This record gives sequence, structure tokens and C-alpha cells, in this order.
Amino acid sequence: MSALYAVRDLSVSLPGQGFLGRLLPGRLLPGAPARIDILQGITLALAAGETFALVGESGSGKTTLARAMLGLVPVSGGSLHFDGVALGSARAFAGLRRSTAMMFQDPVGSLSPRMTVGALLAEPFVIHRRPLPLPGRAGRAAQAAALLDRVGLPARLAARYPHELSGGQARRVCVARAIALDPRLVIADEPTAGLDVSVQGEILNLMTGLGTALGIGFLVITHNLAMVRHIADRIAVLYLGRLVESGPAAAVLARPAHPYTQSLIASEPQPDPRRRRADLAIRGEIPGILRRPAGCAFHGRCPRAEAICRVTEPDLRDLGAGQQAACHFAPGQ
Amino acid sequence: MSFAAEPALGATATARRPPPGRGVLGRLARDPMGLAGLVLVCLVVGVALFAPWLAPQDPTRIDVARKFQGPSLAHWAGTDQLGRDLLSRIIHGARTALSIALGATGIAGACGLILGLVAGYGPRWLDAGLVLVFDALSSLPMVMFAMAVITVVGPGTGTLILVIVLVSVPGYARLIRAQTLALKGADFVLAERCIGASGTRIVLCHLLPNVAGPLVILISMDIPVVIMLEAGLSYLNLGVRPPTPSWGNILYDGYTSLRFAPSMIIAAGIPLILATLGFTFLGEGLRDALDPRLGYGAPR
Amino acid sequence: MSAPLIAPLIEAAGLSVAYRGEDGAPPLQALRAVSIAAEAGEVVGIVGESGCGKSTLAAALIGLLPGNAVVTAGTVRFRGTDFLALPEAGRRGLRGRHIAMAFQDPMTAFSPVLTIGTQLTDFQHHLAGQGRAARRARAGAMLARVGIADAARVLDHYPHELSGGMRQRAAIAAALLMTPEVLIADEPTTALDVTMEAQIIHLLRELRRDYHGAIIVVTHHLGVVGELCDRVHVLYAGEVVETALVDDLYHRPAHPYTRALIACDPAGLTGVTRPLPTIPGRVPELAPPPPGCAFAPRCTLATARCHIEAPPWVAVGPGQGARCHEARPRGCDPGGTDPKGADANGAIR
Repeated sequence: MSALYAVRDLSVSLPGQGFLGRLLPGRLLPGAPARIDILQGITLALAAGETFALVGESGSGKTTLARAMLGLVPVSGGSLHFDGVALGSARAFAGLRRSTAMMFQDPVGSLSPRMTVGALLAEPFVIHRRPLPLPGRAGRAAQAAALLDRVGLPARLAARYPHELSGGQARRVCVARAIALDPRLVIADEPTAGLDVSVQGEILNLMTGLGTALGIGFLVITHNLAMVRHIADRIAVLYLGRLVESGPAAAVLARPAHPYTQSLIASEPQPDPRRRRADLAIRGEIPGILRRPAGCAFHGRCPRAEAICRVTEPDLRDLGAGQQAACHFAPGQ
Repeated sequence: MSFAAEPALGATATARRPPPGRGVLGRLARDPMGLAGLVLVCLVVGVALFAPWLAPQDPTRIDVARKFQGPSLAHWAGTDQLGRDLLSRIIHGARTALSIALGATGIAGACGLILGLVAGYGPRWLDAGLVLVFDALSSLPMVMFAMAVITVVGPGTGTLILVIVLVSVPGYARLIRAQTLALKGADFVLAERCIGASGTRIVLCHLLPNVAGPLVILISMDIPVVIMLEAGLSYLNLGVRPPTPSWGNILYDGYTSLRFAPSMIIAAGIPLILATLGFTFLGEGLRDALDPRLGYGAPR
Repeated sequence: MSAPLIAPLIEAAGLSVAYRGEDGAPPLQALRAVSIAAEAGEVVGIVGESGCGKSTLAAALIGLLPGNAVVTAGTVRFRGTDFLALPEAGRRGLRGRHIAMAFQDPMTAFSPVLTIGTQLTDFQHHLAGQGRAARRARAGAMLARVGIADAARVLDHYPHELSGGMRQRAAIAAALLMTPEVLIADEPTTALDVTMEAQIIHLLRELRRDYHGAIIVVTHHLGVVGELCDRVHVLYAGEVVETALVDDLYHRPAHPYTRALIACDPAGLTGVTRPLPTIPGRVPELAPPPPGCAFAPRCTLATARCHIEAPPWVAVGPGQGARCHEARPRGCDPGGTDPKGADANGAIR
């Protein structure tokens, strides 16, 4: 399978936290390593046109992974290939940015506050010197109106500032900006965060509709499994910067192999009061990245943990049908 | 989010839209304080521009026989210790005061803006170097520094402007740098990087408009300080040379003869107060008018 | 209105709140004749989408309406006392000690420059005759109660040093320190991961069991309602459009808006659904509100009458009512999809 975006054995690490950590060598500060691994050994392959969901709690490193894939965060190991081209230099990432787009979690915050919606929508064309339907100001306005129409917004919104938009409108403007240059991949960080359920559906329908029509692949970063079930083709679950499970969305959600995936699914609140859960599926919090437990990072919260889990870190194993999990007790093939 | 902002999204989105006349001036004119500031500043600037035509007499003509006179029909604001017409001196003094204040703060503001943006968005080593220079400059005692510069360059209006610029740039640059650093990691800057915007574009189109607002108000509030500074330095014989009229010279002449002629201080103080208020109001009004987020009509 | 024999712990009766319009704009009628009540020992949900007035209602229940809000009609009663008629000092006495609120954003609910311990100790200023050490110990005990493992150490932390889930727990602890009879939780899980959300829901359930107070949960999340609430009020455009026990609400919704809301929730959909269902149209403007049913323009059942005539409140069944022209009392029909009768208290299974 030739992947659109291939991530191989990716690691991202940052210098030790805090003033002292930066000043002193690691061994002088007990327990604080000189460099902190935010992501380690991540291997993913996104096919063209598919929707890939990256799932995990906050602190699992999913946003860092997305930013590393766009060259916004320095990579400390592994390789990134977009469309077969290795991404290493600033020039390679500049090329990547012509074919990818990012949608941030906070739609209003990701729109430059003193530009109007019209100017924001025309900006990608100005930056990349793409031809406009007409020269100059009229062309930019026409392009903005066309994009607004494509995401189902009235053209009069072009005169508004980002803070004057409702949550759903701001999302749509972000979608419009993302698809402006006909990208091949859009990375969407929590595309429905903070939206009402009825609007959530609209945004997701818009994204999947445009994705199908224009052949855009999506990398969706979320902790909302209810949404993932309906939009994702494949899914990868991150825990403390490592991949714990991945595979086709339907298979992973129906037969989760890793206890972490299982507890994420079981934690989803049920709107049906008859399916209320008596007890918690998962206790405790994701530990800080500085205090990564030895062995399997999840053993402290895992209901199935045994002696081996505290010592040996499990490798990602193939479970068949494209599903993989990093658990000593994952069912074999 | 306040409770009040919560009802019907449609409603708030409409209510928050500013009224017609979306230009900065239109929005400024809607704010009574801003309008008052604008009027006062226009008044002062007008007086300064048309000083030769407005002044009833030559501000430097000495008439010792009529010194320390109170207000009269011939001299509306009285005369000073050399019998010069105070009103004429004040009107011409507005010229000196404004040219120094506007010139110095304008140059300082521009330098501060550029240096602050470069320090905030540029590479780390450049930032560290610039911060060192700012700290060194602002750690020098102002008057000593001014005297040193004047010893080297010689006294005069140009020197005064140079001193004021050197003294105020570090403050402006630090303000801009701090704001730039805060915005550097903001989502919208990352978003611009994601769509491939160059560093220059990010700084000029996205950071500059967002950091310039507080600088505008800081500068407009500094203008009166600079007018006072000019007065102080002129008094020390380090600024504007007599007999060129400046508000500072008049004020300090007034101080020396406060017992015989209190009207001198009052006559020079009133325009200073008006100019101070005018620039301060204008600054605050501008800050609000420049920021589209401080819209109108939305209950907060 | 004749007082019932036993007044509910807290109730809003016919409450209407408007925000003054600026520059001669018509007032925005955020709440219109809203009546809700909560008894001791129950969890009441107030559900609606943004702009429905649920935050205004929460603010009115604790007497913290912003300055530009005007109560145009109705009352808020706590144990039969008209809360809104009290002078501010009287309201302050009730607030905190009897009615407390855990805010939506626990980051801003705490001052960033003081430790959690200092703030939780200061919140107990009403407790006469207790030393600072005793109050601090009580704060530590309360943190432990809301499930913070290392409570003694957390007391010395600053708010930014805590994770989102911990801050939400600390905010709930702060509200509970006054041992209030009514706890209002405004979007208690919005900012949290699904695992933390489940834990906060669990915590609120335990609190309901242990404290016998009323908990009012304001949320837009049907999952939170389903897991936590006993009784639910659905708000739309400033009106209560449906009130029901949680089981009836989910399995036999009477108002078309409630039905649409449930249909939209992706968590309730089994199997992959593309495209996802949505509610077409927009929330109406409330300055002024539309003459007929506010939901009519988006409603699939709407008739001509719905657009001009305000719908009546129809009692659909025991404890259930809807503001809809098309709603009918269930009467003796065998009761929809529920074979063994509604589990009235929504017992945890």
C-alpha cells in the first residue's frame, strides 16, 4: 500500500522542564530526565482519501504528533514521508504545507483576530500566489464568497471579524480555509469541541462530504469516540506518547484488544438511562509525562495488570485484519 | 464567557456588530471620551500649526517696563519677567512642545515596534542581545545620560529628541516584545504557519496589528510626560535654548517668580493639562477603536 | 398561587429574565416563564444548546444575574423564601451556605496566585469558632472526599499545577465546603476527557447519595443527563419545552425538539451513520422572541397554528409535560417502548 503520509518510528522529545532542568545536567536532578520523550516509536500510514482518527486522553501526545507531522515541532527521531518524499528540511515542509491543512481545536483562536473573514479566506491564495478568478480585490472577494458558499455560509459573513462568529460558523470558516488550496490531507484537532450536538453533526457531515467530493484525507484528533465511530475508517489509540492500539475503526471499536481502548469505550457517557454504568471503567488520571511508569505505561490503571506488565513494555503485535495492540494479554491471531 | 453573552447566538452575533461607520475614526467619534480627546488634540495641533498667525505679538519681544503684568486687554495672559507676552509665548510654545513630543515619541515608537517584534519573533540569540541592550540603556540615570549625550552632540532641539528616543525605546520595545512572545505560540500564528505564511508576513500582517494597540496608548500617555521632560531639561539648560518659547521654559520661569506672579504658572499649566488630557483620552479612545473585539452593543 | 403542602427545596416559578438592549435595541428575552423545581436528594438536569438560556437560569437560581439582566416576572424560591426579593445581604447569606455553584471553567474559578489550600480555607469564613488549622484540615478532608488522592499535598499546589480533572474536583470541593443544600454544577464535564468525565459523573452520583441535597446539573451533553439525572428540564430559546423523568425523556420524548436532540447525539446511534442527523435551521433571535412556538421553523410536525399561536403546556403523563400543540396526554395507552415501566429514580445499574 502506498501511503499518502507515512510516519515511521517517530520520536519527539523536549528539553527537561523548568529552569533547573535546563540549567543542570540530568543526573543532578533525581527523577527529572534531561530530555522528556513526548512521543516514541510512532508508526502510522495514512492512505489517500481516508479518515484516520487519533484517539487518547489529553496528555497522550496526539496534538504533538499532529504538529510534528506538520513540522511545527522538531522531530528527534524517525522519518516522515509525504507522498513518498522525505520530510526533513524546511523546504520539504514548505512543500508539504501546500498540500496539507490544519484545523485547530479553538476555531476562533486560530483565526487572526484583526482580519475579516474575507481576508482570512483569501490569504492562502495570496501566500501561495494561486490564480484568482479576477485580479486584485475583486478576485479575493469572489474567492472568499465561493469558499463561504462551499461550506454553507452566507457571503455577507466575509465582512465579519472572527470574534463576531458563532462557534459553528467559526468552524465552517476553518473548514473553508482548510480546503481552500485543494489539500490532500487535512489534520483536524478536536473538530467538534465545544459545539452543540446538532451543530457537531453539521460540521462532521460537511467535512466528510467535502472529503468524499474532493478526495481529501482527514487525520482527526479527538477523544470523542462516539464521533469516531461514525466518521473514521481507521483509528489509532495513543497513551503517554506511544501507540497502544490501531486498526480499522469498526474492528477496534467492536473488539478493542487493549484494556485502555476498552476502558475509553466503556467510559463514554450513555444518553440512555437504562444503560447506566454502576462502576467506573477506569480510575486515576493519565500520569504526567515525567513520571512514565516502567514496563507497560498503563499498568497502574489497568484492571488486568500482572507482574510482567510492571517490568516489560509490550510491543505492538499484529492481531490480524490490520489490527494491532501493545498488550501482553491481547488475543493472538 | 459571561452569562449575558450566552443567549441566542444569532442575536449576539448581530448585536455585537458595530454600527455603520466601521472605520477607526467613526468608532472613535462614537466614544465621548475619545471624541473629547480628538477635539483637544486637534485644538493643540491647530494652535501649533498656525502659531505665527494666532499669536497676537512677537513671543520674543522684550519690554522690561511691563514685566509681571496680570491678564489685561493688551496681554490676555499677562507678561513674564522680561515683559514678553505670555499668550504669544504659550502659542509658540505649543509648537516647540508638540514638535519635540510627537517627533520623539513617534521615532521612539517606530524603533520600539520594530526592535520589539524582531526580539520577540526572531531567533533566540538576537532576542538575548537586544534585551541586554535595552536593559543597559534603561539602567543609565536619565539626567546623567542626557548630559553625556549633550556634551558629545551639543544642546538643542535635535539633541533633546535623540535623548528622549534613546530613553523611551527600551520601554516600548519591551512592551512589544512581551506581547509578541505571548502571541508567538497562539493558535492563529500556528495556523498561519500551517498555510505557509512567511515569517515576514506573520510579523507584519498578524502580529503587528495585534501588538500595536497598547503601544499607541502608551505613546499617547507618554506624550505629556515628554512635554514635561522637555520642560525639565530646558530648565537645566540641556534642552530648548532661550529665548525660543517652550512650555517648560515658561513653567520654570513661573516657578522662579511664583511669589510675584502666580498667573505665569497658571497660564502655562492650563495648556499643558489640556494637552495631557487630550492625548490620554485620544489614546484610550484609539485603543478601543483599533480593537475590533471591543465591539459595541454586546452586554458584557 | 397556592403554596403546595411541602415546598420544593428550590424552585423557579414563571421566571422571566430579559437583558436590556443597548442603544435602543429591544430587550433580549433570555428566559420566558420558566418553572423548574428540585427536591432534596435528586439530581435535576437542565439541558439545552448554547443560547437556550441555561446559564442565565443557573445564574438566576444562585442570585448572580449580571447587572444588565432584569427579572420581568416570576420568582425563585429557596425553601419557600423569595430569593430575588431579598436584599443583596440576605442573598449573600443564602448563597454559598445554602446554594453553591461549581463553575464551568474551574481554571478561572480559582485565583491563580493563591494555593488551593489557602483558597479553600478562606471559603469557610462563615464558620465561626474554628481556627485556621481546623478549616485547613476540613479543606483537606473535602479534597479527599471528592477523590483527590494526595489531598494534603494538593493543598499546597497552585491552580495551574493541577490537571483539568483535579481542578474540577477542587471546584466541586470548594462548593461543598459550605455544605450547601443545593449544588448547581454548570457544565461540570465540558472541558474534560471522557475518562475524567466518567469519574466526575461518578463523584456527583456519590455526592447525591451522601449529602441528600439537590444537585442541579446544567449541561448540553445528553450523556451526562442519561448517566446522572433523575429529572430533566429541556430548555429551548428561553423556555422549558419539556419536563420529564430521565427514562421517559429518553424513551418517550414528547416534544419534537427533545426527539431531535436525542436523534442527533452520535452516542445514541448504533451502527455507523453517515451523514449524521442534524437539526436544520437556527436558534431564533430572542429580541423579541417569535410569536408562536419558538421551535416551529425547525420542526417537522409544525402546522400553520404553530407559527402564530404560542403552544400550551400539555401534561403528557405523570411528571412529564411538553410545550407543544401536537403533544397529547398518554392516558391509558400502553406506554411506548417501555415494557416494565419507567424506572422512576433512574437507579444505577
